[in-house]
Amino acid sequence: MKHLISATVENKVGVLARIVGLFSGRGFNIDSLCVGETENPSLSRLTIVVNGDDAILEQVRKQLGKVIDVIKVTDMTGQPYVERDLMLVKINAPPGKRGEILEIVDIFRGKIVDAGLKDVIVELSGTEDKLEAMLKLLQPYGIKEVARTGQIAMLRGTK
Amino acid sequence: MAKTGSQILVDFLVNKGVEYVFGIPGGAVLPLFDALYDSPIKFILNRHEQGAGHAADGYSRATGKVGVCLVTSGPGATNLTTAVATAFMDSVPLVAITGQVKRPLIGNDAFQEADVMGITRSITKHSYLVKDLKDLPRVLNEAFYIASTGRCGPVVIDLPVDVTMECCDGLLPEEINLPGYKPCYQGNPRQIKLAAEAIDKAQRPVVYAGGGIILSGCHRELLEFAEKARLPVTTTLMGLGGFPETHELSLGMLGMHGTPYANYAVTESDLLIAIGARFDDRVTGKLEEFAPHAKIIHIDIDPTSISKNIQVDIPVVGDARSILQELIPQVHYVERKEWFEKILEWKRKYPLSYDNSGEAPKPQYIVEQICEATRGEAIITTEVGQNQMWAAQFYTYTKPRTFISSGGLGTMGYGFPAALGAQLGCPDKTVIDIAGDGSFQMNIQELATAVHYKLPVKVAILNNGYLGMVRQWQELFYKKRYSQTKLDDNPDFVKVAEAYGARGFLVERKQDVRPTLEKALSIKEPVVIDFRIAGEENVFPMVPAGQAIYKMIGSLA
Ligand SMILES: Cc1ncc(C[n+]2csc(CCOP(=O)(O)OP(=O)(O)O)c2C)c(N)n1
Ligand SMILES: [Mg+2]
Repeated sequence: MKHLISATVENKVGVLARIVGLFSGRGFNIDSLCVGETENPSLSRLTIVVNGDDAILEQVRKQLGKVIDVIKVTDMTGQPYVERDLMLVKINAPPGKRGEILEIVDIFRGKIVDAGLKDVIVELSGTEDKLEAMLKLLQPYGIKEVARTGQIAMLRGTK
Repeated sequence: MAKTGSQILVDFLVNKGVEYVFGIPGGAVLPLFDALYDSPIKFILNRHEQGAGHAADGYSRATGKVGVCLVTSGPGATNLTTAVATAFMDSVPLVAITGQVKRPLIGNDAFQEADVMGITRSITKHSYLVKDLKDLPRVLNEAFYIASTGRCGPVVIDLPVDVTMECCDGLLPEEINLPGYKPCYQGNPRQIKLAAEAIDKAQRPVVYAGGGIILSGCHRELLEFAEKARLPVTTTLMGLGGFPETHELSLGMLGMHGTPYANYAVTESDLLIAIGARFDDRVTGKLEEFAPHAKIIHIDIDPTSISKNIQVDIPVVGDARSILQELIPQVHYVERKEWFEKILEWKRKYPLSYDNSGEAPKPQYIVEQICEATRGEAIITTEVGQNQMWAAQFYTYTKPRTFISSGGLGTMGYGFPAALGAQLGCPDKTVIDIAGDGSFQMNIQELATAVHYKLPVKVAILNNGYLGMVRQWQELFYKKRYSQTKLDDNPDFVKVAEAYGARGFLVERKQDVRPTLEKALSIKEPVVIDFRIAGEENVFPMVPAGQAIYKMIGSLA
C-alpha cells in the first residue's frame, strides 16, 4: 500500500544523504521524495511516498525517527490531508491540434507556460490522480518530456 | 584566553574524564597530537587503526565508559571503519575522531582525503564534519551524549586540520539541545502492567535476555525479576554474563550454537519475554518456527528493534533497568512445576558435551580449564569462528562485562585488541583472548602494543590450522570441499610472540593444558599460548542456517 510520510528535519548538511542512505541500505522503496524549507529556515520538510505493507511502514517510520536530525515523523495515510504534485509536460503540438490540447488543459485547470513552433509546455498541479488523468488524455498527441516534483502534503486543520 | 581547536578538543577530553585515547598519528592530526603531548591523557599507540578502534571498544565494553579513538585522515579513517561498524552492530559507545584535510581542499581529491561522512554514515549512530571551530564544543558535547545514551553506538567526528589550528576565544560547551533525539527511558505503565499480567498467567514462560541487559546495567534487576516470578532465563551471545549461568534458572545461551534446553524451552514456551535483544537470525533460526506458541513481550530501548523481525504482542519501549524496576513489584511467584520438570529433564538429557578422548587437547576442555583456572572471574574476549562459540559454550559466565565478543558484525581480529582495551580499563583483572589461528593473524601486530604498554593479556589460540568455522560449514553443507579454509603455513606463534617481546608457549598434549595455563597466569606480561587442537573438531550442537532452532544437529544423546 502507498503511504505518504512527512518528516521535519534539521536543515543541515548531510541530513538528506542520511535519509536516502537509510532507504537504500534497508531496501525500502521510495516512489518520491520531496524536500524544501519550512516556515522556520532551520528546518526542512520532507514528503516521502513509500510503498509497502504495514510492517515495512512501521520500520520506515521508526528508522526515520531514529535519525538524530529528524525531529518529527508523521504518516498521513488515513488522515485528512491535502496533497499536491507539480508537473511540467512538453507535448507535441502542431498548429492544428493546439485547440484540442488547450481544451484538455483547461478541464484540468492547467496552464500553458511555454509555446514553441512544434510543442507546448503545460504546467499542472494537483493530486497524483489528476496528473495521471491529464497525462492519459494528452498521450495521443505525443508526450516529449515530463518533469514532476513528487508529492508534498499537509494535514488539514490544527493539531 | 584564545585557544586552538586542538587545545579545545584536548581540554574537553580531559574535562570529560577521558583516561585513554587509542590511535595512530598522521599529517591531518599533527596539531592534535601536539596538543596531546602535554596533556594528562594517556595515549595508546596501536599498530593499526582497526586495532585502535577495537581497543577503544574493548575498553568501553569492559568498563561501561565511552571509548575514544583518534586517527588521521584518509587511510587512517578507512582503516578504522571495521572497528566502527563492529561497535555499531553491538551498540558500543565510541567516539571516533578522524582528521580531515583542510576545509578548502575538501572534495578536491586532496592527499589522504576520504569522504569519511559518506563512508561511515550507515555504520554510525551519528556523525559530524566540523566546518566551523565555533561548533566544536557543541559537537564534542553532543557526540559523547549521543554515543552513551539511548541505544548506545559510535559517533564519528571528522575534523579538518585547519579547524584544529584556528584560534578562538571563550568557547564554553553549550547545553545539549537535540530536538530530534530524546531517548525514552521510562516504559509506558500500561504496557508494563499488561506485561506483568501476561507473566503471572504464563504456564511456560522463558526470558530471552540480550546485550541490552549489560548495556543498561540491569543484571541485578534481571536476577531479582527471574527469581521473584520464577522464570527460566536464556541469554544471547551478547547477553552472556547478564545472568549467572550457575543459577538453577539459567538455560545458558540460545540460538545457532545454543544449548538444546534453551532452544527447546523457547520453542515450547507460551510466553517469551525478550529483554534488550533483537531477534537476530542467529538466534531465531527459521522465523516461522521460532517460539511458535508464545505470546511475545519485548522490552527494548530502540523502537526500531520491536516488531522488526517478529510481531510482538506487548512492546515496552524504554530502558531495561527502569522497566524491570517497575515490573518486579507487579509480578508474583508462580511455581510452574511441570514446566521446570520438563526443563530439568531436557537439561539432564541434553547437556552440552564433547568427547574428551585422545591425546590432543580438545578446545572445549581448554576453555573449561581456562574457566577453572580463573575461577570464572576473568574477562574473556574472543575472536570469531569456532573459538568464539566454544568460548561462549564452555566458560561459565556469571558477571556482566566479562564476555566481550563481536556478535553482530562477527569481526575476526576483534578479540586481541579488545583485550588490550579491556585490560587498560580493568588493570586488576585477568584478561584472556580466546583466539583462532586465523583471526589472531588479523591483528597480530597489536602484540607490539601489548608489550610496549606491559599489558599482561593472555592469548589462548585454539589452533586448528583452519578457518575452522567456515571449514565446519564446508564439511557439513559442501561435501567436505575445503575451499580456501586450510591454513597451511601458519607461523610459529611462540616465535612470533617472542619476536615481539612477549612470552609464548606451545601445548600439544591434554595434560599440559592446565599447568601451562597456570604458568601463563602467573606471568605479568603478555603471553601467547598456541594450543594445537584437532583440525576437524566441530562446534555442536548446531542449528543449520535457516532451520528451526529445535532442529539441532550433533552431540545430542
Ligand atoms: C574479517 C572477517 N573475515 C572473514 C570472516 C568469515 N569467517 C568467519 S569465521 C572464519 C574462520 C575463523 O578462523 P579462526 O580464527 O582460525 O577460527 P576457528 O573457527 O578456526 O576457531 C571466517 C574466515 C569474518 N568473520 N571476519
Ligand atoms: Mg582456526
